[in-house]
Amino acid sequence: MSALLQVQDLTVNFALRTGDLTALNGVTFALGEGERLGLVGESGAGKSVAGFAIINLIGKPGYIAGGRVLFQGEEISALPEEAIRRIRGHRISMVFQDPMMTLNPVLTIGTQMVETLQAHRNIGQSEAEAIAVDKLRQVHIPSPEKRLHQYPHEFSGGMRQRIIIAIALLNDPQLIIADEPTTALDVTIQAEIMDLFLELCRQTRMGLILITHDLAVVSETTEKIAVMYAGEIVEEGRTEDVVRRPRHPYTQGLIAALPQGDDQRGTRLNQIPGTMPTLTRIPPGCSFHPRCPHAMDVCSERAPGPLPVAYPDGGGGMAACHLYDPNLGDR
Amino acid sequence: MNAPFSDKTKPLLSVRDLSKIFDISGGFLDQLTLKNGRLRREKTTVKALNRVSFDIAPGETFSVVGESGCGKSTLGRTVIGLYPPDGGEVHYGGERIDTLSSRRMLPFRRRMQMVFQDPYASLNPRKRVAAILEEPLRFHHPDMTADEVGDRVKEVMEQVGGDVQWLTRLPHEFSGGQRQRISIARALVVDPEFIVADEPISALDVSIQAQILNLMMDAREQRGLTYMFIAHDLSVVEHISTRVAVMYLGSLCEVADVDRLFADPRHPYTRALLSAIPRLGKKKSDHVRLKGEVPTPINLPTGCVFHGRCLYADERCVREIPELLKQDDGVLAACHGVEEGRL
Ligand SMILES: Nc1ncnc2c1ncn2[C@@H]1O[C@H](COP(=O)(O)OP(=O)(O)OP(=O)(O)O)[C@@H](O)[C@H]1O
Ligand SMILES: Nc1ncnc2c1ncn2[C@@H]1O[C@H](COP(=O)(O)OP(=O)(O)OP(=O)(O)O)[C@@H](O)[C@H]1O
Ligand code: SF4
Ligand SMILES: [Mg+2]
Ligand SMILES: [Mg+2]
Repeated sequence: MSALLQVQDLTVNFALRTGDLTALNGVTFALGEGERLGLVGESGAGKSVAGFAIINLIGKPGYIAGGRVLFQGEEISALPEEAIRRIRGHRISMVFQDPMMTLNPVLTIGTQMVETLQAHRNIGQSEAEAIAVDKLRQVHIPSPEKRLHQYPHEFSGGMRQRIIIAIALLNDPQLIIADEPTTALDVTIQAEIMDLFLELCRQTRMGLILITHDLAVVSETTEKIAVMYAGEIVEEGRTEDVVRRPRHPYTQGLIAALPQGDDQRGTRLNQIPGTMPTLTRIPPGCSFHPRCPHAMDVCSERAPGPLPVAYPDGGGGMAACHLYDPNLGDR
Repeated sequence: MNAPFSDKTKPLLSVRDLSKIFDISGGFLDQLTLKNGRLRREKTTVKALNRVSFDIAPGETFSVVGESGCGKSTLGRTVIGLYPPDGGEVHYGGERIDTLSSRRMLPFRRRMQMVFQDPYASLNPRKRVAAILEEPLRFHHPDMTADEVGDRVKEVMEQVGGDVQWLTRLPHEFSGGQRQRISIARALVVDPEFIVADEPISALDVSIQAQILNLMMDAREQRGLTYMFIAHDLSVVEHISTRVAVMYLGSLCEVADVDRLFADPRHPYTRALLSAIPRLGKKKSDHVRLKGEVPTPINLPTGCVFHGRCLYADERCVREIPELLKQDDGVLAACHGVEEGRL
C-alpha cells in the first residue's frame, strides 16, 4: 500500500497567557491509499488539533512547533499558505466538528456549495448546482433543490452535519479528515454515511481519518485505530485488536466504560477515575499514571516510548506503556 | 435548594397536539414560481411537529429518538417555551405555560433548563466560562452572596469533570467535548427540576460520557430531577431511560417503557432503527435497510408519514393517518399494521 499521508513527530503548542500548552506532542502515523484510520481518545486529547495541523490550519495563538506532514510524498507542512489552500478543500478535505467552520451563516448553502466548487474548478453556475444537488442527495438531504436556497440556521443539527459532509465531498478529495461527522445523526443515516465513506475508499482509493468517540462506529468502519491521550498516541493497532484486546490501560478503561446492554440497565457506568490533566500541567512520566490501575514506580519517573505489543494470531500493534517493556519484569 | 416536585401521580409535563411550522419561503422573489405559464406566489413551509402528545411523570428520563431532522430539537425548544407552538398546548406542573407572558414565564425559566445540541453555537464567545456560569445563577438567585455563587460554580464545574482553571478561559479555547460539559454545567448550576438535554453527550468520549450519565442518574435519584433526553446513541438511551418516544417526520410513531421498546419494538421504523445500532467488534451488519427516499417535511406524505419507506405499507397506509393507539401492554404505536395485527 503506497503511503498517502505520513505524519511525523507533529507537535502543536498554544501560547497562552500562563505559558505554552502542548496540545499535540510528537504524533506519528501513516495512512495508505484507500485506508481507513479511526482516531479516538479522551475529550481534549488533541484529535481535532491533529486534524487541523495536517492541513495547516492552526490559528493563533497556536503554532506548529515541530514535525512534518507528507501528502503523496510532498511535504505539505512546508508549503506556503497559497499552495496549501489549493490542496485544502480539494485533494484533502476536512469535515469540521464545528459546522460553522464550514458554513457561513449569511449565505444560502447553495451559494456556498457553488463557491466551493468554482474555487477549484472552472465550471458554470448550473453545472455546479447540479453537482451540489447530487452530493446533497448522497448524504440523504430530502428535496435538495428546495433546500439549496436555505440558510444554515434553518436546518436541524444533523442536516447541517450532512451538508458539511456533502461540501467536503464536493471536489472528490483523495483524503478526508472527518471530525465527529455523525454525532447528530440517527443510527440509520449514520450507517448510510459510513457506507458512503466506505464506498469512496474502495472505489476512488480515498483515505479516511475518522475522528470519533463512538467506538462502535469506528469498529465497524475502520481498519486501524490510534488512541490519543493528553496530546499523544498511546495505542495503535488493527481495529479488532484494539477494541477486543486493548493493551493500554487507558484504552482498557475506555472500553470498560461502554454501556453493557440490557442486564445492566440503569446501573452506574464504569468511569476512569480522575480526569485528564489540563495540558499545561501534564504530570511527569506517563501522562496517564495518576489514573492508571497498574501504575508502577517507573511510571511517574519516565515517559514510556512506543512499545510493540503482540496478539495471539501473530499480529502486532503499539502501546506507549511501561507494562509492555520486556526489560521491566513480569507482565 | 428546591424540593423535588412531589406529586408523583400527576405528570410534570404534559404536551397535547403540539404542532410547529416554519416558513422558509424567503424573500418575495424567492416565493415566485412559474406554473402553467403564470407567475404565482407560493409559500414553502416545514411541518416540523404534527400533533405531538405525551406526558412525562416526575423523576422520569423520557428519551426522544428518531431520524435526523424529524423535529426532536424543535420539540425540546417548543416544550420549554423558546418557540411558540402553532397549535396545541404545553402544561407544566399543572399549569398551561405556552400562553404565559414572558414575565409570568420567568419562574419556569429556572425550573426548566435546556442543554443545547450544538456546543459551538450555544456559548457566548465573548464571555469567560466563569461569567457564563455565574450569570444565570445571579439572575435566578439574587439572594446568593458572591462567595456562594463562586462555590456553587466550582462545585458544578467539578461534577461535569471540568477544572477550575477553565473558568478564566473563553469558549473557543476548548475542545468540542469540553464545551459540551460547560453547557451541561450551565443548565445544572441553577438547580432546575426539569432538563431538556439535546444530545448532551454526543461529543464526549465514553469515559466522560459515563461520568455525565452517572451524574444525571444520581441527580434523578437524589433530587428527583426529570429529563427529556434527546439522543441518537441508542445504547445510551437504553441504559438511562425509563420511557422512550420514537419520532419520524414530526410525528410520534411509538412510545413505550424502555424494556418493552428494546425487547419488542412494534412500529416498523422502530424496528429498522434498533437493527441499525452499531455494536462493538461487529463488522458492517445486516441492518434493516429502509427502502425509498427520505421524505421531506416540506411536502408531508399522505397517510402514515412512514409509508414510502415501510416494508409493510398497504393502500390504507397511503390514505389514512394512523393514530397513536394503546396496545394491551400499554405500548403506544401509530401503525395500521400493528393495529390490524398483521405485524
Ligand atoms: N484556540 C485554543 N486556545 C487554547 N487552547 C486550545 C485552543 N484550541 C484547542 N485548545 C486546547 O487543545 C486541546 C486539544 O483540543 P482538541 O480540540 O484537539 O481536542 P479533541 O481531542 O478534539 O477533543 P474533543 O473530543 O472534545 O473534541 C484541548 O485541551 C484544548 O483546550
Ligand atoms: N429555525 C428554523 N427555521 C426553519 N426551519 C427549521 C428551523 N429549525 C428547524 N427547522 C426545520 O425543522 C425540521 C426539524 O428540525 P429539528 O432541528 O427539530 O430536527 P432534529 O430532530 O433535532 O434533527 P437532528 O437530529 O438532526 O438534530 C427540519 O426540517 C429543519 O430544517
Ligand atoms: S402504518 Fe403502514 S406504513 Fe406506517 S409504519 Fe405501519 S405498516 Fe408501515
Ligand atoms: Mg475535537
Ligand atoms: Mg436536533
